[in-house]
Amino acid sequence: MTKKRGHFMIFLLLAPALLITLTFYLVPGILTGAMSFTNMDHRLTWNFVGFSNYVAMFKDTILSRVFWNTILYVFGTLLLFNVTFGLLIALATSYIAERHGEKPSLFFRALWLLPRFTPPIVYGVIWLWILDPTRNGLLNGVLNWFGQKPVSWISEFPMAVIVLTNGVIGASFGMILFYSAITSISREYNWAAAVDGAGWLHRIRYVTLPLIRWPLLFVTAYQTLSLLTSYEYILILTGGGPFYKTTVWSLYAYNEAFGGYYASYRFGYATALTLGLVIVSIIASVIYWRVFRFREMMSEPKIEVI
Amino acid sequence: MPKLKYDLASSHAGTATLVHLAKREARKEKLLTFFIYSFMILSSLPLVLGYGWLILNSFTDKMVYGVVPQGFTIKNFRFLWELPSRYYPDLWRTTWNTFLLALGMTAIMILVATPTAYVISRMKFPARGFLLAMTLILHSFPGVTLLISLYYVLRTLNLLNSLVGVFLVKAGLMLPLGIWIMKGFFDGVPWDVEMSGLVDGATRMQTLIKIVLPQVKPGIAAMAIFSFINGWSEYIYVITFIQTKESWTLSSYVNSIIGDFQFIDYGLLSATALFYIAPVLLFFIFTQKYLMAVTVSGSKGG
Repeated sequence: MTKKRGHFMIFLLLAPALLITLTFYLVPGILTGAMSFTNMDHRLTWNFVGFSNYVAMFKDTILSRVFWNTILYVFGTLLLFNVTFGLLIALATSYIAERHGEKPSLFFRALWLLPRFTPPIVYGVIWLWILDPTRNGLLNGVLNWFGQKPVSWISEFPMAVIVLTNGVIGASFGMILFYSAITSISREYNWAAAVDGAGWLHRIRYVTLPLIRWPLLFVTAYQTLSLLTSYEYILILTGGGPFYKTTVWSLYAYNEAFGGYYASYRFGYATALTLGLVIVSIIASVIYWRVFRFREMMSEPKIEVI
Repeated sequence: MPKLKYDLASSHAGTATLVHLAKREARKEKLLTFFIYSFMILSSLPLVLGYGWLILNSFTDKMVYGVVPQGFTIKNFRFLWELPSRYYPDLWRTTWNTFLLALGMTAIMILVATPTAYVISRMKFPARGFLLAMTLILHSFPGVTLLISLYYVLRTLNLLNSLVGVFLVKAGLMLPLGIWIMKGFFDGVPWDVEMSGLVDGATRMQTLIKIVLPQVKPGIAAMAIFSFINGWSEYIYVITFIQTKESWTLSSYVNSIIGDFQFIDYGLLSATALFYIAPVLLFFIFTQKYLMAVTVSGSKGG
């Protein structure tokens, strides 16, 4: 086969992917940049207004509130669930797997993986029932049992609700990575520690945790970026309310563009917001890259993801 | 490392102490096991109750104290043969749409991602490094950034309110991830296997189809399952890009049921949600091991 024909075949194999990526990824990417300099609305007319969207961003008092919501939501979910709780499940299930075999351990891990593969709206239905403000819901049904008055959970503790609901999904990511890292630790280390008289907690502290340091850092960094741009479950459960209390940055941009009842279609401002979010993400990754010294991990991989 | 607690060698107490120590260790171990199981069971309780409720509540008239079912009924499933209200589209048409979206996603991911991943993984050509970098960069570009301009693109292409539009957009956004995962599977096939095919006189295309593809079958299966569930469950793009009821998927359907019946008819709400999740549950039970492998390469945020 001549070189030219070879290149042609390669092009043929790549063409569909290139076409799709070009139309639905690259072109929209460039359009986003362009749109952020217009005051486009639902009529989709190109009316360039210079940097005024970006200027408006710095004057937007709601955005400063949204910013702190985002910080609270991202790091709250990350620290409580994606890292800590994910690690706890991984430790517990690896303990169970070691003593009682793979089956009970797999059961728990599959159970925690299930929310990730549940259609988001169905997941929303489940939580809407658990948190229902009347006695028909789970929590209030239990309160009723004890003769307590029902609580409207979602409107009284909106931030806690979105952290919890996202955390239950987010925990499985850390769980899977930590579990595979923990089970791949060679057993001799643990035996040696046990012979020296270290109990389970000591073995975790002095053997397991240092050995899964990279997965821990990786999950922290990667999930920060994922959480920054995830708003689907918030949209379903609170819609960002009450009064912007659970509006995070990505949801704010979404609502500005396609926002529920008032359908604002402020495409120009919304695209500027999303680009602002991209900048925040880039800053976050650079910080993580520096602080966690990921370059070291690049040269010497400690765990294989897929 | 903590210091040795019991210096057995210098202990003069003898066997009695040893037995005592062993018993104590066993007790400690039992306590720890008890503690760990309690933790797992208690923390999993909301999940079990949540999914359990979805099933129980769909088949019952009324739940007492929120959790205790009373009486068996199938009337909650009446939406299968009659419209919940006259504003709803036909359920089976909606289900068919959902299925088409899932199938379309799967087809695109397999037919487009697989050859691309093979080329990137195995062939030498000028822009290889560039493409590889591009795949990674695109993968880290969040979907929300593109949502608005995608709306523009779809409207320009006259694909708004159509399933084709949604699944092209979804496929486009998932493609880099798919290519990246499939590339990993191709990387795992030993060169010798492919080389031996070439030596025996097969062309590159023949070796790909007859020798390499069978080797990455598990990868393709995992991708297919993953994309199917992903397309079946899609919420945000469907809600944003599809308004006309003829093109609704089950996501829009359940979304609407929440809006119209949340506090009035939980039976209907849970039954429609159960109807929607049932195929996923079946898939999930048989394939969770595959799914665990694909999850870590990063799907949705949270």
